[in-house]
Amino acid sequence: MTEIQLRNIDKHFGPVHVIREINLTVKDQEFVVLLGPSGCGKTTTLRAIAGLEDIDSGDILIDGKPVQNLHASERDVAFVFQNYALYPHLTVYENMAFPLRAVRQNREEIDKTVQSVATSLGITGLLNRRPSALSGGDMQRVAIGRSLVRRPKAILLDEPIGSLDAKLRESMRVELKRLHIENGSTSIYVTHDQVEAMSLADRIVVMHEGLLQQVGTPDDVYRYPANIFVAQFVGSPIMNMAAADISEGSSGVSVSLGGVSFAFPAALSGKLKEAGAQKGKVMLGVRPEGVLLSHEPKDGYVEVTSGIIEPLGSHDIVDLKVGDIVLRARTKSGFVAGPGLKVWARIDPAQAHFFDTTSGSSLEIRL
Amino acid sequence: MAVVSTRSGRLGNRIAIAIVLVITLIFLSPIYWITTTAFKPLVQATSVPPSVLFEPQITPFVKLFTKRAQLTGPVSPEVYEAAPWWEKLVLDGGERLARDGNGDVVFSAYPDRFVNSLIIAITSTILAVSLGTITAYGFSRFRVKGEADLLFFILSTRMLPPIVVAIPMFLMYRAVGLNDTHVGLIILYTAFNVSFAVWLMKGFIDEIPKEYEEAALVDGYTRMQAFFKIVLPEAATGIAATAVFCFITAWNEYAFALILTNRRAQTAPPFIPSQVGTGLQDWTVIAAGTVLFLLPVAIFTFLLRNHLLRGMSFGAIRK
Repeated sequence: MTEIQLRNIDKHFGPVHVIREINLTVKDQEFVVLLGPSGCGKTTTLRAIAGLEDIDSGDILIDGKPVQNLHASERDVAFVFQNYALYPHLTVYENMAFPLRAVRQNREEIDKTVQSVATSLGITGLLNRRPSALSGGDMQRVAIGRSLVRRPKAILLDEPIGSLDAKLRESMRVELKRLHIENGSTSIYVTHDQVEAMSLADRIVVMHEGLLQQVGTPDDVYRYPANIFVAQFVGSPIMNMAAADISEGSSGVSVSLGGVSFAFPAALSGKLKEAGAQKGKVMLGVRPEGVLLSHEPKDGYVEVTSGIIEPLGSHDIVDLKVGDIVLRARTKSGFVAGPGLKVWARIDPAQAHFFDTTSGSSLEIRL
Repeated sequence: MAVVSTRSGRLGNRIAIAIVLVITLIFLSPIYWITTTAFKPLVQATSVPPSVLFEPQITPFVKLFTKRAQLTGPVSPEVYEAAPWWEKLVLDGGERLARDGNGDVVFSAYPDRFVNSLIIAITSTILAVSLGTITAYGFSRFRVKGEADLLFFILSTRMLPPIVVAIPMFLMYRAVGLNDTHVGLIILYTAFNVSFAVWLMKGFIDEIPKEYEEAALVDGYTRMQAFFKIVLPEAATGIAATAVFCFITAWNEYAFALILTNRRAQTAPPFIPSQVGTGLQDWTVIAAGTVLFLLPVAIFTFLLRNHLLRGMSFGAIRK
């Protein structure tokens, strides 16, 4: 049983306020990903939990016990660094045995543990090598192995696969997931890569400028972003975002983007009022897959012109000139033959998000 | 294209080798000269033009380790016959060995001075490197108030030519009874070298990623343990290089040794040139003393050559 609780964590680096009043509970066996752009405080938060960074105020509790005044060595957590930090003067075996030597286990026990962890990671053949003789992926496995041998209360990972190439990153992602399922250790994982976050996390914590933006399952965060920042940070290509001019007509509500009106269900105006939206202060966000295209005019579709097309194999991303703005749509590959063509588009109301322009917060309207 | 580039590459290689060869010859020529002089007969050592071909002999080394006096008259054949071979070499040169009341050969002070040099250079090197490493670690890893100023202050101790303070040092040392003591020179050489060691070691320790220690800290080690188990082995190359420099400085130091010591704690550098022969400057003896004096530094550097050549970090960190 390991539960990690952060209560009102606050930290400054000189004049920079890196962590602002963070509250978060990581449940036993949960895999939580801290996601955010560089400089958002995610790594500092992780290092604070490990005891590698002091905090100015607040409490860090591991299993209900405050640990913010304990040394890193007394917190019984493991840390996987982005650069792995494998000791170059020790072999892989010695690297993995190193944490066990700290707790003065006897030789046979150490050997047994190292061998079994090495087996589960498939690195038994590398045990006598030096880290310098390993590939990036293998270094990564050894670093993870070193964090697992001690059976720590929690494993903290700081962009562990960030420096691998794209292909290897994908396979390591799967491996990390498998390991977490096998070991069930409470894990906190820091990354700026939203794909990693989506694929690995039980829950994602989106951070920006030292503040928690949203905490939720990958599905929640993707489908119901709490604010403009989260909406645009999670998902690739990024969510279309434009100022929306909303007017009520006889047949329903029309939402005008860049001067072009899109039809929306009549229920929208009531919900906007309920959410306290002010006229002229609403942003509409829609992911490229929420922009639907048609080759011929259809009910509810408006005429637009295609721009640049990015063919991605499985699908295309098409830029659409909508009045004076550009919307990006996701289509079947080859759906739009080229730039400058006439197509018809509509916005799927179920995939539309409305935000307050001033605060950036979601108005939480679900159609 | 490939052929051309290979050919030009080969040519470039040959030129490089030729240049290195010439430089090596220039650098080694004084060592060749002093070494051959140490094995020359005295007449040939000072002949003009210098003689290149000669019959090597070890008489200078026998002279180096003994005290001698000028022969006043011819040696009687019985005495000459009874003398061991090495004494004959001295007698051939027109000198006799000084003997004490029991008739034993009196040794020169060279071995003592040599041992003094070893004691003082080794101890001060160990002290300077240890202090330098610990200080550098502190500067490298912790936020030290006024770090830049302190580091500048440490460096500034090297900005004055040391000889400027020789007289005040002599007076102070005399006042506290440190002159002509091993401790006196050890303190002095440590003080010389420690600033250099701090700066050099700071560079090396800065190169060691702090994640190494952090990994150890998280894995249950104290900072002290992390320092000894991780930082020191990683800094071995830097420590070796620093030690070589400190050792050479302490080993070669002449001016202060000359002023602050005269007997008990005198090191080899001021002693060797004082080895005049009886009646004339015996260059072969000085050369012999110098050749032996060269050896410890050569051996020390040779033993540490792998550390000096090896790259700092060898790829276990991805940057």
